[in-house]
Amino acid sequence: MSESMIIAETSKGIVSPVTAELVSAAIALGTNPTVIVPCTDSSIADSAGYDGVAKTIAIKGDCFTNYDASSWASAIDAVMPSGSIVVAATPQSKDLAARIAAKRGLAVVQDVVKIDGKNLTSPVFSGKAMQTVSATGDFVISVRANIFQSASEGTANVSVIDQSGDVATAVQEIMERASARLDVSEANVIISGGRGMGSPDNFSHLERIADVLGAAVGASRAAVDTWDEIPHNMQVGQTGKTVNPNLYIAVGISGAIQHLAGMRSSKYIVAINKDADAPIFSHADYGIVSTWEETLPILEAALSSMMS
Amino acid sequence: MANIVVLVKRVPDTNARIVVNGNQVDLSAVKWVISPYDEFAIENALQHREAHGGSVTALTLGPSDADKVLKDAKAIGVDEIVRVWDDSWGELDSNGVQIALTEAITNLNADVVYCGKNAADTGAGSTGPGIAERLGWASVSNISDVSFDGGVTVTAPADGGSAKISLPTNVVISCDKGSVKVRKPNVKGIMMAKRSQVNVVSASAPSASITFVSHSPPPAKPAGKKYEGASSANEVAKLLRDEANVI
Ligand SMILES: Cc1cc2nc3c(=O)[nH]c(=O)nc-3n(C[C@H](O)[C@H](O)[C@H](O)COP(=O)(O)OP(=O)(O)OC[C@H]3O[C@@H](n4cnc5c(N)ncnc54)[C@H](O)[C@@H]3O)c2cc1C
Ligand SMILES: Nc1ncnc2c1ncn2[C@@H]1O[C@H](COP(=O)(O)O)[C@@H](O)[C@H]1O
Repeated sequence: MSESMIIAETSKGIVSPVTAELVSAAIALGTNPTVIVPCTDSSIADSAGYDGVAKTIAIKGDCFTNYDASSWASAIDAVMPSGSIVVAATPQSKDLAARIAAKRGLAVVQDVVKIDGKNLTSPVFSGKAMQTVSATGDFVISVRANIFQSASEGTANVSVIDQSGDVATAVQEIMERASARLDVSEANVIISGGRGMGSPDNFSHLERIADVLGAAVGASRAAVDTWDEIPHNMQVGQTGKTVNPNLYIAVGISGAIQHLAGMRSSKYIVAINKDADAPIFSHADYGIVSTWEETLPILEAALSSMMS
Repeated sequence: MANIVVLVKRVPDTNARIVVNGNQVDLSAVKWVISPYDEFAIENALQHREAHGGSVTALTLGPSDADKVLKDAKAIGVDEIVRVWDDSWGELDSNGVQIALTEAITNLNADVVYCGKNAADTGAGSTGPGIAERLGWASVSNISDVSFDGGVTVTAPADGGSAKISLPTNVVISCDKGSVKVRKPNVKGIMMAKRSQVNVVSASAPSASITFVSHSPPPAKPAGKKYEGASSANEVAKLLRDEANVI
């Protein structure tokens, strides 16, 4: 069996659960996966043990304090064995995947949602079509979350390698997100508001539901462009973020094709809109034709009683 | 003075309906435009020129159909327009695209490259970081804002928020939408673009190790349930728990 290298997804100093999904993707490729954990403290790799994974390599280096594409790629490349490479389709890991692929002269396929032998399928044209390609030799892929089953936990057989990399860019200042709330690109549940929310103040109704569900709050471009209080990093869509959470709740959003481009692959979509003909309803699993003013308090109460 | 290159790609208009015909998308009826994020790349490149001096070259890889987006870039204000292509190329995978673009960028003696965070057709986001690696340069992706006071400083997402990052001279900058407003072409620009010549160059590209098999329509979702009235929120909440199992 050929080898594959999974580059573990890490956030805030822990290995993210999506890494277990990457193990299943690597096995679906018919490869024998090793897990690579870039870190500053190798103890985080102790939790990166999975069924079907014999070896975990913690690559420890100061360069992993902040993300710098060139130093991460060179430090990982220096010690990572050869083989195909599997990462999570998060913005940072996609970037890293492209750099390492170029370093090793391998081709890269991003946002893979289906693996069938060496045939890889991913969305193209903003999700308006799927493309299947066939890979030969070693290659690099990023895999979307919430598609492959998580491999079960196992014991991690960790070897630690110290490695440095020359950092090319200098972080001057980190600006923490104002709220403790998740970013839309990290969340499993997202509730988004559009121009139909009427004013930025009304986003507080979405935030209350987000608090109940542990969700992120997103927005349409019309909301971002109309109101200064709604920052661009909340925007979902063609020129915003592409998300595929388990649940996406669209409130006062018409469902323009560019918005759909960013969220149509969500597992479940709920739409709340007062216009029964809004295009968003054609994509919603559950649609509620009503105003948000009337609907959100009822939804919040129902969800709160369920979650408590 | 900076020799600035901006990558622009020709893609179907994001409003276009994409039809799969047989096992391939049929793009014969779509309108073609500059890929949306490349518009932000062009704007940032022009602001770079205005702040530090130098010139901006728009570069595309594609057949002659792609000349139109180069002329559109010219109308917006870039100085030179270059297209890299070789009729002998077969299918290109990410390696092929990056190797050919890298050769063209090297021949242009570029100091800095701007591109889109991803192209509207591939959605990949591989080209910027891949080219940077091949040039041996730094790269930064998904940047929302650039400032040119002193050196070049960008705002990019970071774990838990965003970061202000100062960049070295040789760098590939992949642009997200930020707070910049992209400028529109004016009449003079459009006239100049009409008369402008595309400089066509060649480059070598390896054959593909990833090859096209088929396109298919996105998986159809079963028709959803639609309810009238706010009180149905109770029912929907139950379905989210019991049917969808997502909360
Ligand atoms: C190149 C390009 C890129 C784009 N990128 C993006 C992108 O990334 N993301 C994006 O979202 N858009 C994008 N757009 C814009 C997109 O075309 C739409 O204009 C935008 O999505 C509309 O936002 P909206 O649904 O919030 O507003 P509208 O279309 O104005 O819809 C508001 C909706 O709210 C409903 N409503 C009003 N009042 C209430 C109420 N009280 N209760 C319930 N419902 C109510 C209305 O019925 C309506 O359906 C892009 C456009 C272009 C050309
Ligand atoms: N054929 C091409 N010609 C010019 N620029 C390109 C081409 N392909 C990709 N790019 C640039 O690279 C960015 C990312 O493309 P991609 O990696 O395909 O998502 C695009 O937004 C363009 O700026």
